[in-house]
Amino acid sequence: MIAPNDILRDAEAMRWELGPRFQDEIAARVSGEASELAGRHIHRRGDGSRLAWQRRLDRILTGRFTGIPAMASIFALVLWLTIEGANVPSGMLAELLVDTLHPWLKTQALALGMWPWLAGLLFDGMYLAGAWVVSVMLPPMAIFFPMFTLLEDFGYLPRVAFNLDRLFQKAGAHGKQALTMTMGIGCNAAGVVATRIIDSPRERLIAILTNNFSLCNGRWPTQILMATVFVAAVAPPAVAGVIAAGAVFSVAVLGFLFAFACSWALSRTVLKGESSTFSLELPPYRPPNLLRTLHTSLVDRTIFVLWRAVVFAVPAGAVIWLVANVHAGGQSLAWWAIQGLDPLAWVMGLTGVILLAYIIAIPANEIVVPTILMLTVLVSGSPVADAPAAGVMFEAEDSALHAMLVSAGWSTLTAVCLMLFSLLHNPCSTTLYTIQKETGDWRWTTLAAALPLALGFIVCSSVAFVWRYLAG
Amino acid sequence: MSTCAPTACDNCSTPYAELRRLGLKTERVDHVVALAGNPNVGKSTVFNLLTGLRQHTGNWPGKTVARAEGAFDLDGKCYKIVDLPGTYSLLGTTPDEEVAREFLLFGKPSVTLVVADATCLERNFILLLQILQITTRAVLCVNLVDEARAHGIDIDLRGLSRDLGIPVIGAAARRGEGLQELLAAIRDVATGQFICERRVPDMTPPGLRGAVEELSQKLRTAYPAMENPSWIALRLLEGDPRIVAALKNGEFAT
Repeated sequence: MIAPNDILRDAEAMRWELGPRFQDEIAARVSGEASELAGRHIHRRGDGSRLAWQRRLDRILTGRFTGIPAMASIFALVLWLTIEGANVPSGMLAELLVDTLHPWLKTQALALGMWPWLAGLLFDGMYLAGAWVVSVMLPPMAIFFPMFTLLEDFGYLPRVAFNLDRLFQKAGAHGKQALTMTMGIGCNAAGVVATRIIDSPRERLIAILTNNFSLCNGRWPTQILMATVFVAAVAPPAVAGVIAAGAVFSVAVLGFLFAFACSWALSRTVLKGESSTFSLELPPYRPPNLLRTLHTSLVDRTIFVLWRAVVFAVPAGAVIWLVANVHAGGQSLAWWAIQGLDPLAWVMGLTGVILLAYIIAIPANEIVVPTILMLTVLVSGSPVADAPAAGVMFEAEDSALHAMLVSAGWSTLTAVCLMLFSLLHNPCSTTLYTIQKETGDWRWTTLAAALPLALGFIVCSSVAFVWRYLAG
Repeated sequence: MSTCAPTACDNCSTPYAELRRLGLKTERVDHVVALAGNPNVGKSTVFNLLTGLRQHTGNWPGKTVARAEGAFDLDGKCYKIVDLPGTYSLLGTTPDEEVAREFLLFGKPSVTLVVADATCLERNFILLLQILQITTRAVLCVNLVDEARAHGIDIDLRGLSRDLGIPVIGAAARRGEGLQELLAAIRDVATGQFICERRVPDMTPPGLRGAVEELSQKLRTAYPAMENPSWIALRLLEGDPRIVAALKNGEFAT
C-alpha cells in the first residue's frame, strides 16, 4: 500500500531534479498536435466569399476612425426607432387601461358597495400604478429589447468592447467593462452579475461601481418622456422625434463619460493599479435567428422586466395613495414631505414631488414616472379621473401632460435636471442587493449608492445655477 | 453508430423519438455529461437543444458565467448535463478554467461532450487535446458546420474520429442539425457501446517520461480506479496545489 504522502514526497523530490518550465514544452506539443490534426482533416476550398464581407464589415465597424461613429449611429438609430415606434401603442394602452378600464372598475366597485377608501386604495392607488407602468414601459421595451438582442446575436457586442477598449484602458479599467456596461443598458443588476467575466478583482470592482452609469431600461421611459414632452416641445414638430432621440442619446453618452471619469478617479485612488491585458475573440457575424430573438427578448427580457416593475408598482401605488390621503395637521403626509423636500429640490432644479417620487421608487426605477404623475395629480387635489391620459405621453405637441406639469411648477429646466438626476442617482434596491452579494462588503455597496448620488447633486445644482443665472 | 430508418415520427414537431427534454429536473441521474469547449462555440445552444431549457445564448464570449445544469432522458436513462464556462485551456488560473477543470476531474462525468467551432477547429483542438489527456470518455461535437460549409471548409469527421479515438459528430445546433447523431454518440459512450480509445499521443516531454512513469506507477497501485495517472503525475511534478490537496484529502477514488 502506498500512502498519498509518499507519492507527494516523491513528486517533490523529482521536481527539484527536473527543473522548471516544462509547461511551455507541453503547450508546444499540444499545439503541434493540434495543427497536425487540422492539417490532416481540414481542407479549405478557395477563399470563402462570406469571410470577405465579414472582413469588410469589420473594417468599418471596428475601424480606428469609423468604429466609434458607426457605434454612435447604430445606438442613436435604435433609440430613435424606439421613441418613434412607442408613440401609438403607448397611447392605445393608456386609453384602454387608464382612461377606460380604470373609471369602469372604480364605478363597478362603488356600485357593489365597496368602501370608498378601499376603492381609492385599490384602484386609484394600486391599479393605476400598475396600469401606468405597463403603458409607459411595455411599448418602448418591446421595441428596444428585440433590437438590442438582434445586435447581440449578430455578434456586435464584442465589437463595442473592442472599440471602447482603448478608452477603458486609459481610464485604468478593463476593456470587458464595455460589455458589462452594455448589459447594464438592459438592467444594472444583470450588468453587475456580468462583471464576473472580469478576472482582476480590482477592475471588477470598478466595473461594479460604475455600472449604474449605463442607463437601465427602468430609466429609459423617464428619459424618453422628458425628452419628448419638454425638450422636443421647443423644437419644430417635424424634427421633434429626432431632437428627443438626440437628447436621450446625449444623456446615455454622458453616462458613459461619467463611467470613464469615475473609473479613472477610482483607479487612481481607492482602487489603484495597472489595467490588465486580455484577449477578446471577435466572433464571426452570424445571421440572428429571428424567431428565437423575438422569443428571448420578449419573454426573457421584456416580460421579465415588466413583471418586476408591476410587482414593485402595485405596493408603491398603495403607498402613494396612502401618503396622499392620510392627513396630519390638516394636510396630507405627501404635502408635508413635499414641503420639506422643496428647498433641496429647488437647489437641484427639481421639485419636491420628484424627490419624494425617487424615495418611494427606491425599489425600482421603473415606477418613477408613474409615481411622479400620481403624486402630482393626488396632491393637486384634482380627481384622478380628470388626470391627463398617459396616452399623450410620447406626443410632444398639444400635450395635456405638458400643461399639467407646467401648472405644477415645471419648466424645461425641471425636465433637464430630472433627466440628469435619473442618470445620476443611487441604483435601485435590487442592484444594491446584487452589489452586496457580489462584493460581499457593505462599504462598496454604500459607495456604489453614494457616488452617483453625490454626482447627481453636484451636476443638477450646477446646471440649475447656470441656467437660472443665464435666464436672469 | 446506429442510424434509424425514417418513421412517422420524422414528420411530427419533435422528430427525436428517444429524447425527452427534462429541463431542470435532475432528481434521478444515471449518467453525467460535462459540456466543455472554447468560448462562443455554441455550448449553451447545444445545452438548450438537449434540455429544452432557455439558458441565455448570445454571440459573445463569456456569456455563461457560472455552470448551468439541466437534464434529458435518452432511451429511458436520465442524463444530467453540466454546461461549463468556455475556456481556451485547462491549465490556466482564471476562475472559468478552474471551474471547468475542477468538474472534469472531480465531477465524475460519464461523458464529456466537447463542442468545437467548425470554422476554427485548429484552435479548438488545443482544449480538446488537453481534455483527452484527462479523460478518454468524450464526444466531439463539431458545431457550426453550416458556417464552415459557407466558408468553404471541408472537415473529415470520420478521419478525425479515427485519429482521436472518440465519436466525432458534425452539427448545426441552432438549426437542430446533427442532434440525432449526437444523441446516439452520447448514449453509446455513456453505456459503453462505444469504447473510446487513447489514440492521441502522450504530451509528456521526453525528458520527463521516466519521472512520470515512476510516479504514475505508484498512483496506479494506490488508486487502481484512476483514469489518468500520467496526467495527475505530471501535475504533481509541477506542484499543482489543487491536485496536491485532492491527494491529501483522499478525493481520488481508490
